[in-house]
Amino acid sequence: MHIPDGYLGPATSGVMYAVMLPIWTAASRIAKRTLKAKQVPLLAISAAFSFVIMMFNVPIPGGTTGHAVGAVLTAILLGPWAACIVVTVALVVQALLFGDGGITAIGANCFNMAFVEVFAGYYLYKLISGSSPVIFRRRVIAAGAAGYIALNIAALTTAVMFGIQPLLHRAPGGESLYCPYGLNVAVPVMLGEHLLIFGWVEAAITASVIKYLQKQDPGLLEAQEEVSI
Amino acid sequence: MRTTIKLWIGVGILILLSPLGLALPEHFKAGDAWGEWGTDAVKELTGYVPQGLERLSGLWSAPIPDYAFKGWEERGLGTLSFAYLASAIIGTIAIILLFLLLGKLLGRESDDWDPRG
Repeated sequence: MHIPDGYLGPATSGVMYAVMLPIWTAASRIAKRTLKAKQVPLLAISAAFSFVIMMFNVPIPGGTTGHAVGAVLTAILLGPWAACIVVTVALVVQALLFGDGGITAIGANCFNMAFVEVFAGYYLYKLISGSSPVIFRRRVIAAGAAGYIALNIAALTTAVMFGIQPLLHRAPGGESLYCPYGLNVAVPVMLGEHLLIFGWVEAAITASVIKYLQKQDPGLLEAQEEVSI
Repeated sequence: MRTTIKLWIGVGILILLSPLGLALPEHFKAGDAWGEWGTDAVKELTGYVPQGLERLSGLWSAPIPDYAFKGWEERGLGTLSFAYLASAIIGTIAIILLFLLLGKLLGRESDDWDPRG
């Protein structure tokens, strides 16, 4: 899901940076106001977790690979704005140090994984959890479902970015200038592989860590409940 | 034990296991993630390399490209796994340093924290 340099034209890359700028600004302001001191180490842990979990490439035998992101888990623990910062940091480190995701595509990749997945996951978790206490089984199911659906929504927005390139930019001879595949290929492939495989990995990771924290330290899950945005 | 310490141990275990993220795709003959091909692979798939893609693909030369040390690409799975593990450690250290910095910027002055929680 890490769009490399050269797959998006300047219009898409530029717009995505422009969209992310106010989101990053708001995220820092809101995180500064709402985060409690004891939650701050969790930011670093969540970013490290997200970074490492993205290194676990899950193979589709004979085909492609994909991975979980861990963005929904962070959103549940720290709220969507702090999670946006957390996933952004992980993505920036991946792009700068390891060339995983392009420099020109940092805005786009952050939009998909640090904004779309984070916010979709957070509100789905809230919606499915309802008013159930944090130690209820329903919370684990909510976390898993939110992880599955939100990763797929992020896969869809990523696929749309890839797929609109042939519509936006073509050489005089008709060849694509950037991503060579249109929406008719990008959307079914990206969405298909995430619906079938990678979404379940995100669901399992999100649900199992929430289940662990319910036993280990339910207070952590409650800390976020008090912050209403 | 404090939860933060336990969670750091969890991250540590994941770091140690991270070479699986390299070995499993290799074992199951799975290639690049969709849309993350290099220019050679794009040419193989579509018969041409889009001009813009060709121009921009080399824009950034990362110090540890694709979690492998430069010049080690052909050294086999064992060495690549070591580089992958080292990358997981280096990336995690970079993230901790960034959050120590961000903590100063985001936190209130009185709220100095350390990663141990």
